[in-house]
Amino acid sequence: MLDAALGDRQADRVVPPTGHTVWLTVLTATAMAFLAVFALALALATGRLADRWADSLAQAATIRVSAPPEQADAQVDALQAILAATPGVAESRVLDQSEQAALLEPWLGADLPLDTLPLPRLVEVIGTDDLDVEGLRQRLAAEVPGATYDDHTRWRQPLVRAADRLRALGWIALTLIAGTLAAMVTLAAQAALSANSQVIRVLRLVGARDAYVARAFTRRFTLRAAAGALIGTTLGGLAIAFLPQADPAGGFLTGLSFAGAAWLLLPLIPLFAGAVAFLATRRAALSALARFE
Amino acid sequence: MIELQGAGYSYGGAGLLAGLDLGLAQGSFHFLTGPSGAGKTTLLKLCYGDLKPTSGQVLLDGRDTRSLERDGLARMRRRIGVVHQDCQFIDHLSIRENVALPLMVAGRDVAAEAVNLAQLLGWVGLAPRADALPPQLSGGERQRAALARAIIMDPEVIIADEPTGNIDWEMSQRLLTLLAELNRMGKTVLVATHDLALIRAAKSQVSARVLRLANGVLSSGAEL
Repeated sequence: MLDAALGDRQADRVVPPTGHTVWLTVLTATAMAFLAVFALALALATGRLADRWADSLAQAATIRVSAPPEQADAQVDALQAILAATPGVAESRVLDQSEQAALLEPWLGADLPLDTLPLPRLVEVIGTDDLDVEGLRQRLAAEVPGATYDDHTRWRQPLVRAADRLRALGWIALTLIAGTLAAMVTLAAQAALSANSQVIRVLRLVGARDAYVARAFTRRFTLRAAAGALIGTTLGGLAIAFLPQADPAGGFLTGLSFAGAAWLLLPLIPLFAGAVAFLATRRAALSALARFE
Repeated sequence: MIELQGAGYSYGGAGLLAGLDLGLAQGSFHFLTGPSGAGKTTLLKLCYGDLKPTSGQVLLDGRDTRSLERDGLARMRRRIGVVHQDCQFIDHLSIRENVALPLMVAGRDVAAEAVNLAQLLGWVGLAPRADALPPQLSGGERQRAALARAIIMDPEVIIADEPTGNIDWEMSQRLLTLLAELNRMGKTVLVATHDLALIRAAKSQVSARVLRLANGVLSSGAEL
């Protein structure tokens, strides 16, 4: 395809160079590639986020034990005994005081006198698929009255849904960008084709096949779009790479980046832009050629 | 190579040509004459597939032009050299490149044919003007360049539409001599012209038939 797209330089000479409209194609491709980098980053980052939430939280639950201080230890022990005997519980762990302090710190400040506050005790439970949540709830109600089983699914679901939606928006944005590039290249190619109708007519009259005439145009538009996209992708990639790193726990925006091998997707953007330009120009050229015998 | 069988052509309903029968035998030399507006150019365009007949048929090498696919027509045109009335050059390419254009579009190695190209340009007397652009040439030079381009692919048939239209008598004579030479080399030649003096002048050089096109009817004139 590369050969078909690029053709030979000799064929390229046949179409006269066109001043500033060259730069419009390059500029459009640059802008579209720059936007494509962010749309791709959005799609990939929200994808990772959705997967992470779905995976790490799928099996996690918290059991809260609210009891008077003197009974708390006994209830937590009883709870752990129950959990140890429950099939489907892979892991359970009592959060210690410093962990609880860390959880409350963003809301209540650093120097928290935890001992003076009547805090519930928290037990983190990682279950497997066989965990019978309803059965566990009933046993807890009967044997550890202060315990409340708090499934994470309730608040996880909307987050995963939101992340999935963002990912879909990212892909839609990428599709729109590709479509816009195709439309812009088509317009530019049509302008070039109608400005050069005499060239096309002469080429046909001296025995040029349609493919030859189309190549004379596809070569330059493919190269321009690919070159512009290369610039745009480089700029977009640099912008992403040097995005300020904020709190790693702070939402998806700071996660707007490429993870490892995902960086390798970036070189595909100029290739893809070139392919889009090639197809758009070819289509425009072949339909323009239909006017000449 | 070129055969018209009851061929007709009408522009948007108004019939211009109808029921034309013509066969160009190999090695023949034909003049096509007639009043301007009679459809000489249209008839020639039918002969190289630029127009498709609206009635009857035109056969190129035995194949109906209306059923010939576009690539097939392109290949056919490499075997029919045409000198267009308005020359049809690509204005930003030099004369050398314009003359070599048929080689280029046929995928032939232009560099390998450089000697042929130089000889051909010398033969039509354009060697010193090879690097000029078409708009910089005089009418006669343009016509000779167009003739060089028409024959660079060594075609079997050469069609020329008013090749002496806007050039002086001496230059017309030179062009006619070139066409006669090509005919002696075995090429089939069809020249449209309204210049009767040119036809008379050809008498001494070639044996040509004169076809007269008037009122949409083609009549075979005298043999010269």
